[in-house]
Amino acid sequence: MSRPRLLNREEASSATLDRELLVRIHDVMVKARVLEERLIQMYKQGHGYFWIGGPGEEAFNVPLGLLMKKGQGLDSDYLHAHYRQSATLLALGEEPIGALRQMKNTATDPYSGGRNFAGHFSRREWNIAPVSSPIEVQYAIAPGTAMAQKRHGGDGITIVTGGDAGTAEGDFASCLVWSSRPANPLPILIIVTNNKWGISTTADGQHGETRISDRGRAFNIRSKTINGNDPVEAWRELKEAMDYVRTERKPFLMEAMVSRLYGHSSASGANFVANEVDCLKEFEAKLEKDGVLTREQMEALRNRYTEELAAAARQVRDEPQPAPESIWNHIYAEGK
Amino acid sequence: MANMAQAIRMALHYAEEHLGVMDIFGEDVGPPLGGVFTATQGLKRTWNSPLDERGIIGTAIGLAMAGQRPVAEIQFADYIYNTIDLLKIAGNTHWASNGDWNLPMVVKTPVGSGIRGSIYHSHSFDATATHIPGWKIVMPSNPLDAYGLMLSACQELNPVMYLEPKALLRVKGEERIPGEPEDERQLSKMIDAPLGDRSAWRPQWPALEPYAVPIGKGKVVREGDQVTVVSYGRTLPLCVKAADTLREQGVSAEVIDLRTLWPYDWDLVKASIEKTGRVLYVNEDTEVTNFGEHLMRRTVEELFYKLLAPPRLLAGKFVPGIGLADALELASVPQLADITQALQKLAAEEP
Repeated sequence: MSRPRLLNREEASSATLDRELLVRIHDVMVKARVLEERLIQMYKQGHGYFWIGGPGEEAFNVPLGLLMKKGQGLDSDYLHAHYRQSATLLALGEEPIGALRQMKNTATDPYSGGRNFAGHFSRREWNIAPVSSPIEVQYAIAPGTAMAQKRHGGDGITIVTGGDAGTAEGDFASCLVWSSRPANPLPILIIVTNNKWGISTTADGQHGETRISDRGRAFNIRSKTINGNDPVEAWRELKEAMDYVRTERKPFLMEAMVSRLYGHSSASGANFVANEVDCLKEFEAKLEKDGVLTREQMEALRNRYTEELAAAARQVRDEPQPAPESIWNHIYAEGK
Repeated sequence: MANMAQAIRMALHYAEEHLGVMDIFGEDVGPPLGGVFTATQGLKRTWNSPLDERGIIGTAIGLAMAGQRPVAEIQFADYIYNTIDLLKIAGNTHWASNGDWNLPMVVKTPVGSGIRGSIYHSHSFDATATHIPGWKIVMPSNPLDAYGLMLSACQELNPVMYLEPKALLRVKGEERIPGEPEDERQLSKMIDAPLGDRSAWRPQWPALEPYAVPIGKGKVVREGDQVTVVSYGRTLPLCVKAADTLREQGVSAEVIDLRTLWPYDWDLVKASIEKTGRVLYVNEDTEVTNFGEHLMRRTVEELFYKLLAPPRLLAGKFVPGIGLADALELASVPQLADITQALQKLAAEEP
C-alpha cells in the first residue's frame, strides 16, 4: 500500500541537476516570465481584453513540460491544464508568439482563432487538451484519457493541473474517486499548484485540510507536497512521481507550493506582488552562487527574450482579427 | 418484434463489434444489471461507473479525446442537470479550439413521463438540450429508429445526445430490425438476461445488419393535407393514434416524427406546412421556452402568409414537477385526448 511521503526540503535540495539541464530550465523559465510580462503589458496597452497566466509557477511548470512525453495519441502524455501553464507549453517547445496572438485575439491565434482568453492553450498534436475557464472541470475529464491509456498499455500517462482554490469543486473529488477505483486504477498524475489564494479568498477561508495532498490518503493514492518554487526539487519530485505513474499505472497526487506574482488576473490589476517568493530570482541567485551562470549571462538572456517578445508583439498587432462570419466555423466536425 | 430497450441493446452490440465503441458505461450499466431499463444487458464493453454524473460526462469527454467512441449513460435525465457546464464544454470543444479537437461521444439518457416516475424520474430534457450548441440531439419513437439512430450516433464525429422516451422502452416495434429473428420469444431467449443469478449467462446475438437513420432526417409517418402535427418521443405514437381516429371523422392530418431535434429537418416540416397551412407542435417538456416555441417562431417568420391558422404548441404544463398520482401526471403532460382535441380544433379553424 502506498504511503504519503512528507515534505523533506533538506533531502530534496541536497542534490542538484547537471549543469546543462539547469541552464535549460533557467532558459525556459526566463522565456516564460518574459512572455507573461509581455502579455500583461499588452493588456495594459489595450492590446487584449483580459490577462490570466502563470508568472510565479515557472519553477514547477518548466520541469513538468521538460519531463512530459510529447506527442499525439495514447503513447504520449496528455495534459489537461488550467490557465497558468504557459511555462509548460514553452518547455514543450511551443513558440511564444502563439500566446501573444491569443492575447490579441487574432485570426492567427493557434489555440482558439481569437475566441478565447490568453493562457487557454490547445494543441491536439501534442495531446494538450483545450484549457477552459470553468475551474476544475479538467479534473473530471482527465480520467477519460487516463482510462484509454491504461487499456492501451505502454507508458503514456495523463497529467491534470489546477489550483488549490478549485479543489473545493466536486470535480476534484471526482478525479480522486475515478482515478483510484480498485477495479481500475489509472495512470494519472494529479497536480495541484497551491498559491494559497482563490482570487481574493485566503486559504483559511477554504482549506480545513492540513495539506491538499492529504486528501489522496483517503483513496490510497500516493501523495506528496513539494516546494514548487524550487526547480531542482520540482524536477526530481516530478520525475519520481511520473516514473511511478508510468510504470505502476497508478495515480499520484502532487501538491506544489507556488507563488502568484501578478495576482489572479488582470481583473485584480496584474501588478507585481512583492511579498511572494519569486522562484526565478531565487534560482538565479543560486545559479550565480554555484557558478553555473553569471549575472551578465542571465541579464543578456532576459534582454534577448524581451527584445524577441517585443518584436513578436509588434508583429501580432498588425495581424487580422477573425472575420465576423467565422462564428459559424467549427460548430461541428465534418468527415474528412 | 423487439422493444426499444432491446433495439438499443442490439445497436450497441453492433457498435461495439463494428463501430469502434470501446466503453458503454454509467450507473448500473454493466453486469449484472445491464441498466435499469436493460438496454445494456449482455454487452462486452459495459462497465459500472461510480455514482457521479459529472464524473460520467467528464470521463466520456476524456475518452472521446482519446478516440475511444464512448457511450455514456445518465440513468435518468433528471440527474443530468448537475453536468450542464460539462455538456456545454462537450458542445463547445470543437468550436473553442477552432477546429482542433472533436469529441465523438454519445450520451444516452431516459427522459419524460409515462411510468409514474414522480418528480425526479419524469423530467424531459429536450428544451434544455436544444439550448446547448455543438450537440446533435436525437429522440426515437420506435425500436427500428432507435436502432438506426444509435448506429448513426456511434459513427458521429461530434457529441450526440440520445434521448430515450422511457414510456416507449418496453413498447414493441412494428418493423423488424435487420437481422432480428422472426419470433420475438426467440429473440428474448437469445438476448434477455434470466432473472436471478446470471453470472454464467451469455447472450446469443442475432446476425445484426447495419441500418442507418441519418441524423437530421425526420419522417412523415401519416400523410394528410389538412393539418400537420410535428412531434417526437413519447407523444409521437399518440399523435399517430389521434390522426388515425380523426381520419375516420374525415380530418386528414399529416404526422411528422422529427427524430432529430438538432439539426432538425426543417425542409420536411416546411413542405408539410406549406401543404396543410396548419401546424401543431407536440412535446411534453414544460411549455415556457420550449423547443416547440422555436419551431413556432420559425413557422411564423417563414411561413406566415401560407398559414390558415396560428401555429399551436401542445406541451407540458409549466409546473415544477410531475406529481406521482395518476391524475397529476395525466394533467401535467399531453395525453391522447388532448392531442386529438387540439388537432380537431386546429383542423376546423379558418382564416
